[in-house]
Amino acid sequence: MNIIEFTNVWKKFRKGEKLNSLRDAIPNFFHNLKAKNGFSGTLKNNMDFWALKNVSFEVKKGDVLGIIGPNGAGKSTILKLLSGIMSPTKGNMEINGRLSALIEVTAGFHDELTGRENVYLNGTILGMSKKEIDNKFNDIVEFSGLSEFIDTPVKRYSSGMHARLGFSVAAHMNPDILLVDEVLAVGDMAFQAKCTKKMRELLNSGATIILVSHNLFLIQNMCKRVALLNKGEIIKVGVPEEVIPYYQNIVYKKEEEELKKKLASSEPIYEVKINAESSVKILKVLIYDGKYKHKENFNVGESISLTIDYEAKEKIDNPVFSLDIIRADGLLCCSSNTKDENLSMPAIEGKGSIGIDLRQINLAPGIYLTNVSIWDKDMIHQYAVRKKDILRIENNRINNLPRAVFLPFISWKIKFES
Amino acid sequence: MFKEILKYRDLLFMLTLRDIRVRYKQAAMGFIWAIFMPIMAVMAGVIVKKAISIVSDKPMDLAGVVSISVKVLPWTFFINAIKFSVQSLVGNKSLVTKIYFPREVLTFSCILASLFDFLIACITLSVFLAFMHIGVSVYLFLVPVVIIFLILFTTGLGLILSSANLFFRDVKYVVEIILMFGIFFTPVFFDASMFGKWETFVLLNPIGSILESVNAVVVLHKMPDIFWFCYAGISSILFFMLGIKIFHKSEPLFAENI
Repeated sequence: MNIIEFTNVWKKFRKGEKLNSLRDAIPNFFHNLKAKNGFSGTLKNNMDFWALKNVSFEVKKGDVLGIIGPNGAGKSTILKLLSGIMSPTKGNMEINGRLSALIEVTAGFHDELTGRENVYLNGTILGMSKKEIDNKFNDIVEFSGLSEFIDTPVKRYSSGMHARLGFSVAAHMNPDILLVDEVLAVGDMAFQAKCTKKMRELLNSGATIILVSHNLFLIQNMCKRVALLNKGEIIKVGVPEEVIPYYQNIVYKKEEEELKKKLASSEPIYEVKINAESSVKILKVLIYDGKYKHKENFNVGESISLTIDYEAKEKIDNPVFSLDIIRADGLLCCSSNTKDENLSMPAIEGKGSIGIDLRQINLAPGIYLTNVSIWDKDMIHQYAVRKKDILRIENNRINNLPRAVFLPFISWKIKFES
Repeated sequence: MFKEILKYRDLLFMLTLRDIRVRYKQAAMGFIWAIFMPIMAVMAGVIVKKAISIVSDKPMDLAGVVSISVKVLPWTFFINAIKFSVQSLVGNKSLVTKIYFPREVLTFSCILASLFDFLIACITLSVFLAFMHIGVSVYLFLVPVVIIFLILFTTGLGLILSSANLFFRDVKYVVEIILMFGIFFTPVFFDASMFGKWETFVLLNPIGSILESVNAVVVLHKMPDIFWFCYAGISSILFFMLGIKIFHKSEPLFAENI
């Protein structure tokens, strides 16, 4: 049986400022009466924007659904619709069971009241009965680790204590459906471990969980199914191993676009002209795969090679060519030059080309920038730099999520001592 | 809807308790707070009465003072409850945008917290009345009925104004001004009969007819004017239902517009 059913749900928001006072609304009303020619109507339509577009999914009992997507994809809107705070503009949703949300767990707190009073207040706000809280009160306080301070007004609590108490109350509900939004990042490591344990307990008790998080590691560990949301639309639903790489590619693509935009807008910073009459120019840098086919997008483990086309206006003795590969976030991943590789270059003059074979470099998926430069023989004077060619490594399998720079082929062997 | 509120009755209780606790914790005067405003209002009323008696050259009667103090209590309850509930949604913004529960609970808890103050003031007043030898009569049984009318009317109006204040933030200021001068349009310091042929206009205000009924029952020991008593009852119930309807209609829009 489906415990949650979302069918073709649309949600519209209005951008821009709203009329939220009589002072503005009354003159506006008369203004609209005067100008009845539909002008204001078209103006209004431009202000609308769809946070969710035709979203459909269903969740079965006991399922754990992860929702991932870039900022502004509509994840929180889905949670708000599910919890009943907002209603959809179009479409249907059906929820069968007691639903509770681990979202903004401290929203119900009142600063003047003590921890004890706030436990009751927040508990009832989240939908528990007073009797239920009476029974669980000791567990809640123990879980939060705040028994010493339970009769202190919460205005004297630190923000961490605030969040811990809030989470403890929320974690002690026994819902059929639990909505979780990025709240597990509360407290120190010991408390976080407790939280994860509590989530597992809930899972084992057969609760249905919907988890929204940017923590892909958590999603991968907890969820049986993941829905990928982008710009208000569901792009992919499936097992984490399938959806997460897809999501990472979207993120990389976005990163690449941003990088390209930045490169286009601020050319002088990246393509430094050492002096206006530089004797050497880098004409272009091309990236090839193992079969000498030009492309920009590679898979992990593919052979990569580059060619650098240059033009020297005058004769230069023993120039040094250098290549850096820099990750989009600025990390220098590897660096190589002809001098260190003991390749002594002959004098160059006129147009020419030089090749670099990176072989199976095994860079981890991501966006990289190549920085090619030409130096004099002692690497003191730089003739030319070019830092604008993008290399994208795509993701085709789920990998270790903490971003490693390289994914070398490593084999593990089991050895038993006899 | 009422079923849902019943489900959230513990929340209603906790929110009311919160409002009462916060008010009494913050106010150094504690319970005096509940009777401070009525006492001030009664004193103002006595001065007005005295001025009238000097102008009209008639001696000031004690019954007049008693009837002012009896009418002042429901009036201050009304003022406080409305002032408080106008803010009930906007003041709990973080709850309205983040957690689901029936929003009526927020307004109801404001009314209930004001009712608590009213109750304390009523106890004080009954001691005063006993001291003044006002006496009892069978008509006192009508007092709860009139108070229910008062609560229904106040709740209905509170629901309408709290949701209106959510959409238009300056409703609060308009309401404050109306409440400030409302005492001159309502028979609190005066009797409706003093207005002669304008009496009808004064009593058309449901609060006016409610106050007159309270005065008749408690001070004058007689049956209230049956027409205006029924008018007060019917208009209160209608206002309550209207309030529920308007509130319920606009509830889905709260989270986006707050």
